[in-house]
Amino acid sequence: MSTQTREQMQQQLDQEQHDFSDMQSRHFSVRARMALENEALRKSFRGASDFLMNKRRSVFSDDNALQSLRDRGEAIRQYSLSKLPQLLETLEKNLTANGIQVHWAETATEACEIIHGILADNNARTVVKGKSMVTEEIELNHYLEEKGIECLESDMGEYLVQLAGETPSHIIMPAIHKNTAQIARLMHGRAQSSSGEPVPYTEDVDELIGNARAILREKFEKADAGISGVNMAVANTGTLCLVENEGNGRMTTTVPDLHIAVTGIEKVVEDFSHVPELLTLLTRSATGQKISTYFNMISAPRKAGELDGPQQVHLVLVDNGRSKIFSHPTLKPTLQCIRCGACMNHCPVYARIGGHAYGSTYPGPIGQVVTPQIGGLEKHGDMVSACSLNGACGEACPVRIPLPALIRELRHEANRIPTRDDSAVSGQGVKRSASEALIWRGWALAHSSPWLFRTMMWLLTRSRPLFRTALVTRLLSPWTDSRTTPLPQTKTLHELARAHGVASELKSHNETGAQR
Amino acid sequence: MNEPLFVDAASGSARRQYPGRPSAVYLMGTCLVDGFYADAGLDAIRLLQAEGLEVIFPQSQTCCGQPAYNSGYDDEARRVARQQLQAFAADIPLVVMMGSCTGMMIKEYPQLFAGQPEEQQALDLAARTFELGEFLVNVLQLHTRLAEAQDQSAMRLALHVSCSSRRSLGVAEDHQTLMQNLPGVHLVEPQRASECCGFGGTFAVKQADISATMAADKASAIADTGAQRLVSADCGCLMNISGTMKKQGKGIASQHLASLLYQRLHGQGGQA
Repeated sequence: MSTQTREQMQQQLDQEQHDFSDMQSRHFSVRARMALENEALRKSFRGASDFLMNKRRSVFSDDNALQSLRDRGEAIRQYSLSKLPQLLETLEKNLTANGIQVHWAETATEACEIIHGILADNNARTVVKGKSMVTEEIELNHYLEEKGIECLESDMGEYLVQLAGETPSHIIMPAIHKNTAQIARLMHGRAQSSSGEPVPYTEDVDELIGNARAILREKFEKADAGISGVNMAVANTGTLCLVENEGNGRMTTTVPDLHIAVTGIEKVVEDFSHVPELLTLLTRSATGQKISTYFNMISAPRKAGELDGPQQVHLVLVDNGRSKIFSHPTLKPTLQCIRCGACMNHCPVYARIGGHAYGSTYPGPIGQVVTPQIGGLEKHGDMVSACSLNGACGEACPVRIPLPALIRELRHEANRIPTRDDSAVSGQGVKRSASEALIWRGWALAHSSPWLFRTMMWLLTRSRPLFRTALVTRLLSPWTDSRTTPLPQTKTLHELARAHGVASELKSHNETGAQR
Repeated sequence: MNEPLFVDAASGSARRQYPGRPSAVYLMGTCLVDGFYADAGLDAIRLLQAEGLEVIFPQSQTCCGQPAYNSGYDDEARRVARQQLQAFAADIPLVVMMGSCTGMMIKEYPQLFAGQPEEQQALDLAARTFELGEFLVNVLQLHTRLAEAQDQSAMRLALHVSCSSRRSLGVAEDHQTLMQNLPGVHLVEPQRASECCGFGGTFAVKQADISATMAADKASAIADTGAQRLVSADCGCLMNISGTMKKQGKGIASQHLASLLYQRLHGQGGQA
């Protein structure tokens, strides 16, 4: 039990919310440092990463089966993308035939306007939301709240994040950065029943969930509209598939009279036969579940004679930069993503700094690839350097997105001389600095001339005594801030090889060639 | 309505084809070995020579170009890579002393030179380039002859396999096989052994705080094993982890895999 009064908790929550806003306004490197210095946060993320990696491993015990399933996943996603424009047309045709109204939004603002328009047409004042990252991406809650519409998140994690005045730190587990004590404080300090009563303080997880459930259930009954995401939209049948564990997705999409589904245009697949493999890859990779608790297939609004279901169903297809990614010659695999979060669970950088440090809707490796492409390198160029290119994300990705290669490609985009062609990532060349470009040019010169290289390495080894001085240690900062100064050896390998009579060239090709 | 999807069954886990035992090989030391681990380079040369191979060490070799490539400076990387295509032009296997440089030459050169005059040259080089541990096991079968090692003294050893060797090349098992078959060596596995040590080339400078945290965690995990020595075939990781351990006052000796092998097999050389 806590020794704090509710007022003290509320003060602390206000302070934490202020700290969060403050952190989000800082530069990437500052956010990363703030996260690294926060012991509780690091413990939360480390624990979550270890837990989720183990869970995933436990449901992919046969590596051959995993690899062939990943091959299938990749093939399905690439096939879907290869026919994307055509599949989207088929999807629209079949959804319309099923009575689902389809809307197209080119930008985030347009998507928000369309959704607000649908709500306004139906005089909807209160909305319950199922978990949806694309609505985070377009900042829908903020937009609707400014228009006086109440938007309540109904996924437990999203609900807590909303209550705290924060944003999700993980695409699957939005409140993974919070420990039980923090959640207990949050529920007691800020949650209210419909009659305005605070919920009792408890650190019991089941009770905490029960308290939130009770509040949410009332909201579901009264809400004018439900807004959800979509995991897969099946073109041939005009079906919207929604994966979830809490039942809130089903409530959101069936209880209110109006259901608005929102999705990125890349989520379409051609046929139902493509769904099972993507679904099993998604749930196993995300949470280590063989199947999620709920799998919703939405194919029409309530039909005549049916007792439940929404009177209207709308789908808003959001582009928001995706067409541009689609047309990019090398960055297109970005759109293969099924939003499972395995890349962040396996990323050693994410495990250290957590999701908020990225300052974007999508954190971790996929965030580092998606965010600069939809939000521009001008604003999000720094995050692409926060990767050691260790490859753990690419190894975990269920649809084999070459994430490390794409992150490297974006570094190239950020540093290159702008090409100004249509497919160029927004902010191309923004990180190019004259001094860094000059350093690399000099580096290339020294390393493409054997004579210069040997001279340089000779000088390095002969300056060995200097490496014991404080001056060099200072010059080699930040490396030496946490490591001892590396000491060159007395002679280069080039010198040692020559001194030991090691040949520099192959004498006679034919005699010594490889026996193949 | 449902068109069949093409699936490449061989992608991912398939192992590459290895040539028979050659009579001569190129050795690429890499720039880091040249300046900071030259003794290990010499040990690698002696190790290969002791296997009866003629070792060619082109004096015109410099660096694989990876630092520029990973920083997004493709033109500069290409310029340096071109120099290596020239240095290792003859059709004999190229053995490289670091996993990340090997990965650069096998996986990235063909991309870097795609559509360029040197494309075929890059593809040819990629096909005959091998990481040192990979070459020792798969081409020379050295692991089957380690029982004859001269130095069989007891040693508790921690092995760090770089992310490039593990994921890009898939040769982690080869390194493990070599260490496990060394008489007297007791191989210990640090917690989260497959996690990155935080080196990542320019990452260690550009994101110094994150890199330092990762390195500190790795150093602690290795120290916790009670190992007497740390061995790795990647000098970037080695410099990062051993520098961090020394700064923390955890004085575990560290060594390149080539030095340990040469020292144990032939009872000489190899600085610890």
